[in-house]
Amino acid sequence: MYSGDFAYYAPTSLGEMLTLLNNAKPEVKVLAGGQSLIPLLKLRLASPATLIDASQVPDLRMIADSGNTITLGAMTTYFQAIDSPLVQQRCPLIIQALRQVGDPQVRARGTIGGSLAHADPAGDLPAVAMALDAEIHAVSSNGERSIAAANFFTDVLTTALQPNEVLKSVSFTATDQPATGTAYVKHRHPASGYAVVGVAAVVRLGADGTCQEARVGITGAGAHAARARGVEQALAGKTLDEAALDAACASAADGLDLMSDTYASDEFRAHLTRVLAKRALAEAASRAHSQA
Amino acid sequence: MAVSRLFGASVKRREDPRLITGHGAYTDDMKLPGMAYLAILRSPYGHARIKRIDTSKAQQHPGVLAVYTGADLAGKLNPIPCAWLIPDSDLKTPPYPALASDTVRFTGDGVAMVVASSPYIARDALDLIEVDYEPLPVVTTQEQAAAPGAPQLHESAPGNLAFNWKFAGGDVDAAFRDAEVTVKQRFVQQRLIPNAMEPRGAVAQWTPGADEVTLWNTTQNPHIARFLLSVVAGIPENKIRVVARDVGGGFGSKIPFYAGEALTVFAARELGVPVKWIEDRRENYLATIHGRDQITDVELAAKRDGTITGLRVNALSNMGAYLSTAAPGVPTWLFALIVPGCYTIPAYSCDVKGYFTNTTPTDAYRGAGRPEASFLMERMVDLLAGELHMDPVEVRRKNFIPADAFPYTTVTTLTYDSGNYQQTLDKALEMVDYQGLRQQQQQMRQQGKYLGIGISSYVEVCGLAPSPAAGAMGFQGGLWEPATVRVLATGKVIVLTGTSPHGQGEETTFAQLVGEDLGVPVEDVDVIHGDTGAIPMGWGTYGSRSTAVGGTAIKKATIKVLEKAKKLAAHLLEAAPEDIVADHGRFYVQGSPAKSVTIQDIALQANLGWNLPKDMTPGLEESHFHDPTNFTYPFGTHICVVEVDADTGEVKIRRYVAVDDVGVVINPMIVDGQVHGGVAQGIGQALYEHAIYDEGGNLVTGSMLDYAVPNATQIPNIETARTETPCPHNLTGVKGVGETGTIASSQAVVNAVVDALSPLGIKHIDMPLTPERVWKTIQAAKASPTGAN
Repeated sequence: MYSGDFAYYAPTSLGEMLTLLNNAKPEVKVLAGGQSLIPLLKLRLASPATLIDASQVPDLRMIADSGNTITLGAMTTYFQAIDSPLVQQRCPLIIQALRQVGDPQVRARGTIGGSLAHADPAGDLPAVAMALDAEIHAVSSNGERSIAAANFFTDVLTTALQPNEVLKSVSFTATDQPATGTAYVKHRHPASGYAVVGVAAVVRLGADGTCQEARVGITGAGAHAARARGVEQALAGKTLDEAALDAACASAADGLDLMSDTYASDEFRAHLTRVLAKRALAEAASRAHSQA
Repeated sequence: MAVSRLFGASVKRREDPRLITGHGAYTDDMKLPGMAYLAILRSPYGHARIKRIDTSKAQQHPGVLAVYTGADLAGKLNPIPCAWLIPDSDLKTPPYPALASDTVRFTGDGVAMVVASSPYIARDALDLIEVDYEPLPVVTTQEQAAAPGAPQLHESAPGNLAFNWKFAGGDVDAAFRDAEVTVKQRFVQQRLIPNAMEPRGAVAQWTPGADEVTLWNTTQNPHIARFLLSVVAGIPENKIRVVARDVGGGFGSKIPFYAGEALTVFAARELGVPVKWIEDRRENYLATIHGRDQITDVELAAKRDGTITGLRVNALSNMGAYLSTAAPGVPTWLFALIVPGCYTIPAYSCDVKGYFTNTTPTDAYRGAGRPEASFLMERMVDLLAGELHMDPVEVRRKNFIPADAFPYTTVTTLTYDSGNYQQTLDKALEMVDYQGLRQQQQQMRQQGKYLGIGISSYVEVCGLAPSPAAGAMGFQGGLWEPATVRVLATGKVIVLTGTSPHGQGEETTFAQLVGEDLGVPVEDVDVIHGDTGAIPMGWGTYGSRSTAVGGTAIKKATIKVLEKAKKLAAHLLEAAPEDIVADHGRFYVQGSPAKSVTIQDIALQANLGWNLPKDMTPGLEESHFHDPTNFTYPFGTHICVVEVDADTGEVKIRRYVAVDDVGVVINPMIVDGQVHGGVAQGIGQALYEHAIYDEGGNLVTGSMLDYAVPNATQIPNIETARTETPCPHNLTGVKGVGETGTIASSQAVVNAVVDALSPLGIKHIDMPLTPERVWKTIQAAKASPTGAN
């Protein structure tokens, strides 16, 4: 690998990691699986002076049940999450999405925290974090704080994390209530495997079969992951038939800061967002019905 | 002992245990004592004047041995030559310097180079070279290049025109004058990146005193590399050894001789140390040739009953910034002569203009001209069928060259050796249940679903080639092949071939060929290739020629060995040579098989020389230099069945059937593998791959993050079948299979998608059929009262 020179640290505790983060020569990047960072280094698109490898910090590896939420440590790999019975039972949306991330090599090395902190506009997990109302727990030498997913992704590759902060863990709202279903549908880029558009949907139905709550997270289409709140509001109280989904999803791309590239124009991304939102919601609703 | 038949058996590839356990000998595996590493600084501009280069900081960087610019090459390294000088075309071959000294003409053009003690230091030092560029206006497409007032790349090529090549046969004007129906279409063959698994590289070892060089090189043709290195570096050919033991794929991209290997040899000679240069993937995308990039305007004349009476083709080809080694031959001879394909077309003309642009040079990429030809013809047949409301199968049947017409001389003066086009079409139709599919298509259309069936019947020209034909076409080389079959004292066999397999499995195929004839196990035969120090001569592996040409040379050398073996057997058995039977490694007198000698007995006696007939020389080794009398013409029919998601524009391939006739088959498993790989590349072109430049001449699809090489999940199950029509003009009957899959497949996919969308009035979509392109075409068709295009 022909990267530029950098200093490499592999701290073994969170305290040591935070001290390094404060004191190391800038620019500092945290290596959290490396599935995005290593290619950037290789192409010299990123040339940080310091690399802090988070893989040896035990506090960053955990999967815990926290009541209404489940909490995943930042260094939980995709495969660890996919293999977790707790995640499977309480937040199947995470698994539905992670199974579509990259390839087996990426899923073996890539991490939950790495993906969210990198905030690739085409990453899959940010859509899930939005749809599951995730709380992102950040830690610095000044203490800990929690950031709602809705406030976390601020721009392309940009988050609310401060330079001296480390993403420690993420809490995802569990969806194991009755009559609740989830789905993740993506249009996969034929080369990179990233989401050209990805839609994560949560649907909770009432006793009468109408939609009590819908939450829709969108990735790929815009500069950062977003909630399709217009769609969510349009569906509340509705029977989720073809017409209702069509009508609601017509606004799925509204308000997105749409991206455009040689593979997909902003116009096509907006269209895909509407189509995939409908498909994700229909699939989630179908699962909700079978859970009723 | 009965020996099972090797010829025709699916023997597992003998090279694989070595390769898949990491014991290959690729260029990058060469590690020599004291070796230095070379890195090349490449232009970030598509077109710019170099005003100043300051290498002083790089030179002072610890570990850097030397930094060179174009000025340092003067008198020491000649420009990189073009070696296919097509005649009667006003061909311009402006100089292609190994490092640009005044003007860079494409993003990736070499500007300077660093030699250092490690590859990492060399790469770091590139960032310390300061170059002042004065950007110049850029042209990236052949249409831009042809426009009046376009920026000029080379003084010697006014209007950026590299050549204008023409062919005409039959009375084309009359055909169009008398036509009952005509069909016109423009096709864009998009630019592709070859993507061999191994990028290119070179290791050069200069021996001071002897003034000789060994070059380990990622090449498909080491002897051509030796010749061209001799020309470029001014080193006598006898002082050059080129080695290409293992090469990780080429698809044509390792035919050319490039600046990289010339610079590596230059540095080794200047510094007196071994030097290694290995591309990274990014560099491979910029500095290794691209393929296709041709725009064709096509007109077809026909009768109302579907009989094709004439064809007119105007082609514009994007040659890139310079003419690569074989580039002019690809969009001309290799394309134009086979355009009429499987059909009896009496009148045909083709005008090809090649243009210089500020892009990576193009050259042969798997199929090289023939995929473009077959795509064009098979799309036109479908368009004619659509125009006449005929089944595309019927249009094909009506125009096929009949099976009893072979050998058949076409309007382009090629003589097709043998064929039965009807048979492969019938077999493919039967495999997909064509009638059943058409019914299913009707049912699905009623449900608003889009099922499409795409047919591609192709014939290609390969087994390159009779050397006189190569000469007539302006190819600056021969296309014969040598072979040596050497039987050692222990009965083990070494075969030398001038072909240079780099993934095609000929270490196995050729061992089967020789093992069969000599009656020895396949394990007893080793095939040596890719070393000019061991192989007398050779023209390399491309154009699906290795087995047809190189294999025939081996067959003929083996026959000579058998003749000598029979004479020695007769001597040992005290019989007359003409009475000896060679039977799977045993030699006996006709009618008396009980008393025999084995090939091993004979090999031992021949190599010892203790007891030979009076007129016999010792040893058991024979060579043959074979020049074929004709090309070979594999053919077949591929059928692709797709379903199009009209909401997203996504194309799902539901079935892919490939019925090929590649002549006689030596190893069916290897042949299937070649078909699979070729079809994957053809599907890649149809659906995924496209090398895109922006207006400034930057390669936007500069990595595998953006350039979609299909992976296993993007390729359907490929159902293969074969008919077998032997090649009549070589001893084994083989034709060649290296390129058929690529030549046959893209248009099968496109025909299927267009067929699926035909109820919307859609007649054509250019490749790659990306979801957005398909979706937009559907949207336009729905918006138009008369349907799209």
